[in-house]
Amino acid sequence: MATLAMRLSEPALLIDLSALDALRGIARVGDRLRIGALVTHSEIESSPLVARHAPLLGQAAPHIAHRAIRNAGTWGGSLAHADPAAEWPACLLALGGAVIVRGPDGERRIDADDFFVGLYETALQPGEVLVATEIEPAGSDAWFGFSELARRRGDYAVVGIAATASRAGAALRAPRIALLGVGTTSARARRTEALLDGRALDAGTIAQAVASLRAEIDPLPDLTHSSSTKRHLAGVLLQRLLASAQA
Amino acid sequence: MADLYPIRLTVNGESHQCHVSPRTTLAEFLREVLGLKGTHLGCEHGVCGACTVELNGRTVRGCLTLAVQADGAQVQTIEGLSRRGVIQDLQDAFVQHNALQCGFCTSGMLVTAKELVEQRPDASRAEVREWISGNYCRCTGYHAIVDAIVEVLAQRKARAVLPMEEI
Repeated sequence: MATLAMRLSEPALLIDLSALDALRGIARVGDRLRIGALVTHSEIESSPLVARHAPLLGQAAPHIAHRAIRNAGTWGGSLAHADPAAEWPACLLALGGAVIVRGPDGERRIDADDFFVGLYETALQPGEVLVATEIEPAGSDAWFGFSELARRRGDYAVVGIAATASRAGAALRAPRIALLGVGTTSARARRTEALLDGRALDAGTIAQAVASLRAEIDPLPDLTHSSSTKRHLAGVLLQRLLASAQA
Repeated sequence: MADLYPIRLTVNGESHQCHVSPRTTLAEFLREVLGLKGTHLGCEHGVCGACTVELNGRTVRGCLTLAVQADGAQVQTIEGLSRRGVIQDLQDAFVQHNALQCGFCTSGMLVTAKELVEQRPDASRAEVREWISGNYCRCTGYHAIVDAIVEVLAQRKARAVLPMEEI
């Protein structure tokens, strides 16, 4: 809606999906947590199912704009809009899972890693609608972290990290580290993930991971921050997240 | 010219049937069609909070909601909430604490504060500040507004406790 007000979008036709109750609801479906496209940010924020099975989302939700936005904005809307500075795309990458879309040719599932392809661009084809996502619930050994820097509460992120992993003693297994506010799209820091996978988290490992992240990402400057500042800040956030994972 | 769409909605308890252009926002509709000027237009892209109203019991940005999306909905504006008396304590506290000067942000602040005191009755001062961070004020410097809301939280809590103490 804001893009209409700012004349960044000028659709000839706007279709309101809000009457489609099938796109609502948060539920355990088999061994997955299914979140409907029309679930609002506020509903995610207060959902006991999310708190239990995907607490990363509960931690990230308060960073999304402000309450009045969260009451109306939706999970599917944010994912389909694919703003690189938004919280949900990075969180979905950190959680992994499937994006379920439906179009004239029927329903298909798109892996989260394949969904965000460019600036405001997803793998959705014309005529397709994002219906829901299914993610694997957090296990008992799950670790997660979310950290975002913004100039004021509710602003778009200058830089942020959404991360999940499994704990294995002093190490993190299969870490998924996704960045927001850095590129044209949310993306995982694969080399840094590989570096961390299975290695005991000590000061040396953390320092190497931070250096790896700074080398791996290619931040674009924005109105207020240069590429080098974003690169630096991304490392700061990773340092903080990994330090908290040590505890 | 674009077609007009029929909508039926309840605003401040009154039913309305109107035809609106699809591009008309809820805030514009309330102000220009219904003459309810208490809802204000500031930034018109959702960040300043001056247009905040209640839609089906939840606060939303009137500037980011199309009037056609309010078809079948219940809307409460500052006029309705004020007339019903449900924010009397907030309004009194705002006056006592000098929490308004020009008044432009005030309607949005009150609608937002109402949701806070109802949804987060145990909110701390820090949580109040966070909650109203989506409502910009250019006059007061915010502290008086926070003071007013904190006082109302305390008052409501005390009132909630009283009936039991009387037993």
